[in-house]
Amino acid sequence: MLRRVKHWGPGLLLLAPTIILVGVFVYWLIIENFRVSLTNQHTAKPSNKYVGFENYTNLLADPNFQHSLWNLLILTIVFLGGTLIFGFLWAWMLDKPAKGEGFFRAVYLFPMSVSFIASGVVWRWLLSSLQTDQPGGERTTGLNRLLDSVGLGFMQNDWWSNPTWGIAAIAVPAIWQLSGYVMALFLAGFRGIPEELREAARIDGCSEWKLYRHVIFPQLNPVMLSAVIIIGHMSLKLFDLIRAIVPDANTYDVQVPATMMWVKYIGSDYADAAAIGMILLVLVALVVVPYLMYTSRAEKR
Amino acid sequence: MRRSLTLIAAAATLGLTLAGCGGSGQAPADSAAPASEATGEVGVFTWWADGSEKAGLDALVDVFKADYPGLTFDNLAVAGGAGSQAKSVLAAQLKAGTPPDSFQAHAGAELQDYIDADQLEDLTGFYAENKLTDQFPKDLVDRLTVDGKIYSVPSNIHRSNVVWANVEVLKKAGVDPNKPADSLEGWFADMDKIKASGKTPLAVAGTWTQTQLFENVLLSSLGVDGYNGLWDGQTDWKGADVTKAIEAYKKTLSYTNSDRDSLSDWAPATQLVEDGAAAYNLMGDWAEAKFAQDGKKAGSDYSYFPMPGTAGVFNFLADSFTLPVGAPNPAGAKAWLSTIGSAEGQTAFNKVKGSIPANTTAKTDDFSDYQKSAIKDFSQDKIVSSLAHGAAVPVAWLNELSTAVSKFGGDGNVAALQDAAAATAEKFAK
Repeated sequence: MLRRVKHWGPGLLLLAPTIILVGVFVYWLIIENFRVSLTNQHTAKPSNKYVGFENYTNLLADPNFQHSLWNLLILTIVFLGGTLIFGFLWAWMLDKPAKGEGFFRAVYLFPMSVSFIASGVVWRWLLSSLQTDQPGGERTTGLNRLLDSVGLGFMQNDWWSNPTWGIAAIAVPAIWQLSGYVMALFLAGFRGIPEELREAARIDGCSEWKLYRHVIFPQLNPVMLSAVIIIGHMSLKLFDLIRAIVPDANTYDVQVPATMMWVKYIGSDYADAAAIGMILLVLVALVVVPYLMYTSRAEKR
Repeated sequence: MRRSLTLIAAAATLGLTLAGCGGSGQAPADSAAPASEATGEVGVFTWWADGSEKAGLDALVDVFKADYPGLTFDNLAVAGGAGSQAKSVLAAQLKAGTPPDSFQAHAGAELQDYIDADQLEDLTGFYAENKLTDQFPKDLVDRLTVDGKIYSVPSNIHRSNVVWANVEVLKKAGVDPNKPADSLEGWFADMDKIKASGKTPLAVAGTWTQTQLFENVLLSSLGVDGYNGLWDGQTDWKGADVTKAIEAYKKTLSYTNSDRDSLSDWAPATQLVEDGAAAYNLMGDWAEAKFAQDGKKAGSDYSYFPMPGTAGVFNFLADSFTLPVGAPNPAGAKAWLSTIGSAEGQTAFNKVKGSIPANTTAKTDDFSDYQKSAIKDFSQDKIVSSLAHGAAVPVAWLNELSTAVSKFGGDGNVAALQDAAAATAEKFAK
């Protein structure tokens, strides 16, 4: 018995701090959050009446919440699509033996080192919705001013103030910031493909397109999946960037569940805020858990 | 070596766990101690972190230090978002049972949330001790009283239904700055002239300033009784007169700057009027402090008038200070509250902040012309409570209505805003 303890005891003791801290500050808080989401704690006044899943059904029936979910879908599609396209293109260009590769790699990666809050303050100004042909247009700043001064004035638009597609404009800074990261992932993927495989394919008379289609792309699939998971779960949780760009948290056009949770919390509606938090957790889990299962199975193999 | 590292890690964990459990068991301090004998630190929580608001707080603290040399003032101000940031920090502290000694809250329905949550001490005895009831206007005391008890000491009174105008822009557009419109229709006609002159007629910023504009259009269109009825259930949100009011709000919005949501707070919108880019800005009278700070002269640079159609009505909001349950230094907090309630404290604070003193015995001889006119108006006008500043309805109601107003800024759907407002009112009205 003592021998066994000696075998796993030190390891457990070493892990104990992490287990306890994660247990308390992550899992216990999730459980507590779930408990609050099942109560009628809708005001600052403490009330703990159990109401089952009423908050969830009310939320899912609420057009404002549906709108925020719809916004989240648009945001995620644009964000994912943009980072994958730019990340892949840049990695593909840098994969060719190009001059100044190290320099460009740094340039593309650099935006990632800026926090969302800091870049958001700059993007708020860049994405200002005023256009030169509107009343007061002489105050136009940011991208709209830039487009106008290079003769592309017709491309000016109201960015995130657009009631339908505004949320897609929020994805622009996010893409700017994370494309470099996706590029790094893809570049690692490219580098992981041995040169012999390409040579063999070329000797077999493979055209450059077929080489990519049948040899390179299939081997990039795991990288692609990682990129989708990482960017996808960031997009679902995106809060700080929106909060930094949009001055008022309660701005309907760009409301996503994360910002709506904040608005509810500020209004002391703890039960609804907790319920939105749980819904977000489930959404993220839907993305992350299958991936974790997939990788652990792949590792066992 | 490895063994000892493990031990250290284990000890650290244990320490953290214990520290986590320790915080809540503080002994309740004796709240009966008199303010005059108080010592130590007084932590006061506000969202007055910069500009004229911070200057006002500093002036108040100077009076406090002179009144109570034995106490140290601890400034716990949290900046941002018209108090929304601060309120979330405060909510967390109150929930954790570690409140500051005193915190700022808007008088009225916003205070109700804290009262319902049993987070505030009853200050009725404090009012009697300091004879404050007679020094504050009855209208104000009535709005602070809940079930016969008073829970906060007001520091200042603001008015939300004031339009600030750029005199130069008005003159150029052929609008007489000395004869402001007295109805919404007249105002729209003036704004058409300004639009034709190439300027933005009306400057507005993000969601809360739009809500403030919305409330004042409602007030102008529905009148005092109609407006008050919206909050106590006497006015039907689905009625035809409300539809008409929302149509008027839609027309008002059509005169505003298109980048309203991009402006970071109220000040950039007021700045547009200051700079002559826009003619009007509807803003609470804290704008007066901004004009004064920037060296502008009333009459020649800017002018002000009540929101057209609301002359003789004072759309009121007030900041007030509280004594939370479980405050670490209640005697010190009472000392702070007595400075706030005092005539000297109110004079020092309000002169700088641009608001008017809640205490009617405060000296106001050297206040600005605007402030003197507001003091006069407050004493004779009909008083209504502001929606956007938490005086009329609880925060949750305000939040939902603000979302609907923000949505309306995009789609302009009158029926949708009316339905949403009616549904919200039904949900929250008692």
